[in-house]
Amino acid sequence: MTGLRGEAAIVGYVERAPTRNPSRPQRFSIEQWAQLAAEALADAGIGARRVNGIVTNPIGESDRFASATLAEYLGIPINFGEVVDLGGATAAGMVWRAAAAVELGLCDVVLAMLPGSRDYPRSARRPAADRGWYGASSNIYGSPQAEFEIPYGNLGQNAPYAQIARRYAAEFGYNARATAKVAADQRSNANATPHAVFHATPLTIDDVLASPMVADPIHMLEMVMSCHGGAGVVIASGDVAARARHRPIWVKGFGERIAFKTPTYAEDLLRSPIAEAAEAAFGSAGLSRSDIDMASIYDCYTITVVMSLEDAGFCEKGGGMSFVASHDLTYRGDFPLNTSGGQLSFGQAGIAGGMHHVCDAVRQLTGRAGAAQVRDCNTAFVSGNGGIMSEQVALILQGA
Amino acid sequence: MTAPPPVPKPMPEPTPVTAPFWDALREHRIRIQYSPSAGRYVFYPRLLAPGTLADDLEWREISGRGVLYTFTVAARPTAPPWSDALPQQLAVVEWDEGPRFSTELTNVHPAQLRVGLRVRPVFCDYPEHGVTLLRYEPDPESA
Repeated sequence: MTGLRGEAAIVGYVERAPTRNPSRPQRFSIEQWAQLAAEALADAGIGARRVNGIVTNPIGESDRFASATLAEYLGIPINFGEVVDLGGATAAGMVWRAAAAVELGLCDVVLAMLPGSRDYPRSARRPAADRGWYGASSNIYGSPQAEFEIPYGNLGQNAPYAQIARRYAAEFGYNARATAKVAADQRSNANATPHAVFHATPLTIDDVLASPMVADPIHMLEMVMSCHGGAGVVIASGDVAARARHRPIWVKGFGERIAFKTPTYAEDLLRSPIAEAAEAAFGSAGLSRSDIDMASIYDCYTITVVMSLEDAGFCEKGGGMSFVASHDLTYRGDFPLNTSGGQLSFGQAGIAGGMHHVCDAVRQLTGRAGAAQVRDCNTAFVSGNGGIMSEQVALILQGA
Repeated sequence: MTAPPPVPKPMPEPTPVTAPFWDALREHRIRIQYSPSAGRYVFYPRLLAPGTLADDLEWREISGRGVLYTFTVAARPTAPPWSDALPQQLAVVEWDEGPRFSTELTNVHPAQLRVGLRVRPVFCDYPEHGVTLLRYEPDPESA
């Protein structure tokens, strides 16, 4: 038997309401980390002194020694420090690594926070580092992207995802109303979620199709909008979970697959790595697709959702368009998906966008989704997606 | 009248391992690596063969012809240097020898594009940078 025993649980979470512009005082990423940790621990009802594990992504103030920097700043010595660098799959990757460390007995309370605003205090003496416009591509000398992709303008995310969608259309056909429906159904979920950035704005399929074509066939309203925010979870052992404030959400299964960096070199652009990740997750959890009460699927673009549903096994390959067209994807529907709006309508707070999908599931499984609550919600599937569908993680979370 | 782009387009800088590819492009030829033990062509150039890590990569010339594996027509620039180059016709070409190549399409109207279109190389010299880029156009011999 491989995988987790399902004996580590998410016991608390924090997710800030995303905003299009900075709405808080400027804070460094380690300061945001500390604030998020305090809020998540308060949600769990656990004191900071109980913490003995940290999982993080690279921090803004140091390009090395992230775990030690955080342990010192928080004043919390740890038995387990882990840095995860999987783009949009970082959050899901953090959750299973924390759960594994707990099950190994390394630690029993792990913080996994993702600051979601780059609005840092600015130095009066040193100009801010130029983040450039290379997106997920590296322009460092010796990087394959610098030499073989960037010179042709093949960089960022929009164009590569559009190339995936274009290939999909050639192989399986394309239904623009179906991909637009993903955005519209998720907007309905955001309309029932007060802290979603598009809470007050309805959206129809026709609205999506009328929005500008950015990279054919992807419309502007099928792409995530960058926001400021932040999110995180506390993962703990069964003993700690038994005394926590909310229903423990057990990490029952996971899978991870990292296949390539640039889609040019994908063995098959249309079979995404979530296939292997989901198979491992369901296999180790001993659960099947029909056991899932809600799915929170990484949704940087609508095509990502369609292909992830196929490759994770919720419908047949090539059947994703008709699947989303024929199912009600809202919280009251027959296949509740991204029930607080997904990143498309809740907002993508940078790297914390991946954690949105974990928090979406935790809200549902702990019965805290308010007007968007899915009835009898006990088992959730969460996906993470980094780069250009190149690194993907699947989680199966369950309230007991 | 389009304003000049605020930043120049980034140009490739060959490395010790990749230099033979760029040297051949300057002569309007295409040479890529081949692994005899794996029995397949390799792109981009590497020190060891991907998948097997065999130390047997050798350079072979190919025609550079292939098919359009996928493409997109970007109405908005993918980054500031291409703000004067719209629409961008960004493509992945699958060479007849197997590997795929990231490129741009030229001498073609977006409406003519379709996955599977036969394409042929267009060598674009940039003497001021000492480099030749490899773009693609429809292959009339396959029409």
